[in-house]
Amino acid sequence: MIRVLFFAALREQLQCAALEVQVPDPGTLAQLREHLSARGETWRRALEDGQLQVALNQCITRGDCALTSGDEVAFFPPVTGG
Amino acid sequence: MDIFVRVQAGPFDVGTEYAALRRDNTADGAAAMFVGSVRDFSSAREVQTLKLEHYPGMAERQLQEIASGAVARWKLGRVRILHRSGSLCAGEDIVFVGATAEHRQAALDACAYIMDFLKSRAPFWKKESGPGGEHWVQARASDTEALEKW
Repeated sequence: MIRVLFFAALREQLQCAALEVQVPDPGTLAQLREHLSARGETWRRALEDGQLQVALNQCITRGDCALTSGDEVAFFPPVTGG
Repeated sequence: MDIFVRVQAGPFDVGTEYAALRRDNTADGAAAMFVGSVRDFSSAREVQTLKLEHYPGMAERQLQEIASGAVARWKLGRVRILHRSGSLCAGEDIVFVGATAEHRQAALDACAYIMDFLKSRAPFWKKESGPGGEHWVQARASDTEALEKW
């Protein structure tokens, strides 16, 4: 199982803060994205946003990467702290 | 070399944080600090409340990493970063960054570096609310561009 988190405006758009997702183990981030996009049009459009950031186990990641059971993936808009 | 970072819901006191930078620290002759606060107007909208969302765990890690980046680059004594989360009103302090060094340039530069990286890397998101309704603050290109000078 992969724990998936959503923050800020994305969380509101999807009406979802957290999910547990079953993906192939080992799997990939691309597979996870496909799985999430299949939940509906809102999800597909939201996850297509080129501005979205992705973190794997609390480290920013770019492009595709391998996922194993127990991993935590977070999707969020560009940060605005400080 | 000593790094302290914390994300907290409650307010911090700048005097207390300064004291923590200086306590038993006679090696360093310089302490530089930055405090960011909630403004009452943003993009011509009146702001009454600011909600700060963060990614628990990753926020602390990123702040620690940013502080470590500053320590790797300058000879610093102490670094303290405090960032609030939750609901704040106009005028309240959001973030404190402090750094000590033997002399002023390292302390001042480290503070500026830490703030520039915090603005672009630390997982916090601001939502403003006021008479005009609620609105997520948009990230600025100028914040990402600010990293280039480092």
